[in-house]
Amino acid sequence: MEGKGTRIGLGVWVVLVLAFLYVPIVLICLYAFNKSNVQSWPIPGVTTKWFSPAIHNPDMQVALWLSLKAAALATVSALVLGTAASFGVHRFRFFGRELISFILVLPIALPGIITGMALNSYFVFWKVNFGLWTIVIGHATFCVVVVYNNVLARLRRIPGSLTEASMDLGADGWQTFRHITFPSISTALISGGLLAFALSFDEVIVTTFTAGAQNTLPIWIFGQIRLGQQLPQVNVVVFLVLAVTIIPVALAQRLTRESGILRTE
Amino acid sequence: MAAGLDPAQGLSGPRRGARRRFGGALWRRPWLKGLSLLGPPSVAFIAVYIAALAALFVSSFWSVNAFTGVTVHTWSLNNFRELWHGATYHTVALRTISIAAAVTVTDAIIAFPFAYFMARLAGPRTRALLFVLVLLPLWASYLARVYAWRLILDHDGILNWSLQKVGLPAANIAYTNTAVWIVFSYIWLPFMILPVYAALERIPHSYIEASRDLGAKGGRTLRSVIIPLALPGVVAGSIFTFSLTLGDYITPILVGGSSSQFIGNVVYDTVNQSSNLPFAAAYATVPLAVMGAYLLIARRLGAFEAL
Repeated sequence: MEGKGTRIGLGVWVVLVLAFLYVPIVLICLYAFNKSNVQSWPIPGVTTKWFSPAIHNPDMQVALWLSLKAAALATVSALVLGTAASFGVHRFRFFGRELISFILVLPIALPGIITGMALNSYFVFWKVNFGLWTIVIGHATFCVVVVYNNVLARLRRIPGSLTEASMDLGADGWQTFRHITFPSISTALISGGLLAFALSFDEVIVTTFTAGAQNTLPIWIFGQIRLGQQLPQVNVVVFLVLAVTIIPVALAQRLTRESGILRTE
Repeated sequence: MAAGLDPAQGLSGPRRGARRRFGGALWRRPWLKGLSLLGPPSVAFIAVYIAALAALFVSSFWSVNAFTGVTVHTWSLNNFRELWHGATYHTVALRTISIAAAVTVTDAIIAFPFAYFMARLAGPRTRALLFVLVLLPLWASYLARVYAWRLILDHDGILNWSLQKVGLPAANIAYTNTAVWIVFSYIWLPFMILPVYAALERIPHSYIEASRDLGAKGGRTLRSVIIPLALPGVVAGSIFTFSLTLGDYITPILVGGSSSQFIGNVVYDTVNQSSNLPFAAAYATVPLAVMGAYLLIARRLGAFEAL
């Protein structure tokens, strides 16, 4: 359909864009093995000597532990609320149905400082002390949509006849859910949960407004980069975080063909 | 398999009967079921998120007593008056909005040919591969990617090293607004590619054939058929690229210079250094208003169906 020149031109463009997307990521991985403690290119040699001090850094460990706890709790809340909302929106037609999708996507579609600042004013208003739970509430608000979109997309693809057949064969509501609905949405749940976890684990902007004096891992990394301290160790931590966030996302991608935030089907 | 299929068979009669009655009661009253499904998430969102947005809006009319540091709950437009008359706040808001717009346009230009290739030229396997390759950076650590650019653009980073190798003068763009623009365009690019791809993929092949049958050349088909139909996808992507840039303050700190302050930087500093929460809230309503207007326009352009 397109001319040969256009095809080649577009192909070259695709390769260039992929290079643009991946060169920085590859570079970060190389710097983690930088022999010198000066961050300049080209790196003089390769070493793994920064891994041990980075992993054993006590401040980093405290921050990592807080991030893991917050991400786990936010993921559980997002799974419960997101799944309930997607079932409700899928099963029922009612006034304001479109509004629910819109409100759920707002925490991600609105600029990060607004969500952060809004929650900050709200917590201060109620005199809530900042800590683990304020972080969890902040993260859960923008993680719900990820689970919601994943599960809703799956529910729309399950033929309604399966549920009807189950009911016709005498199964009650719970049995139908247990043997038909749940098995068909389980991978969407896992994938939504993994993406919510990755999103929460990586978030900085909202967190800086809801964490108070505590450091999550991204806040710790941000502080170190900003002040230019312990950069060889930061390189290693950033490399490990990159590796660890890519794995759940790649897994989630294998389970569904959803992008998570954006509806692409 | 058959034995394990129905755990209820193992239950005694009355318990199973109770469950059936409960299920039947729900079945006869679908509104009850709907309420129990939609109630908790709706209440949680209204009680936390919507109420927080309202709190932000309300507290922007309050003030802080300069001597005691206590928030004074009296309504006044002083915060907005100060914003209106402060030239610095205008400059910062204008800079934030211009860079967000520039990032959006840049991403649309980079994304369109890429998405076109994905949707119309690539085979199913290449398409699936490209989809994953675009998606992975979106989820890869945000800070890692911004930090990578700091290393690239730095005075003795890989960019200047490469320029020197080919005999070009060093580009001194580290810690400037140009750096902020490049890094934001990089970070949010996947958010533009995916919806544009989805919009292009949905265009029926017959439309393009019809255009050709009517005598349109490639350029004309692109202009009159493909671009108008892909527009909702571009607008959907632009909501993310524009909004995420508008609300960010980490990237300007890490790769920007002394004159790269964003609205977010002022808000964050006002909260943390002078703890003037009402004034910070007032300034945060600026991106809120800009996004509100943007979302209304986006809705008219049909972006919500593509979101």
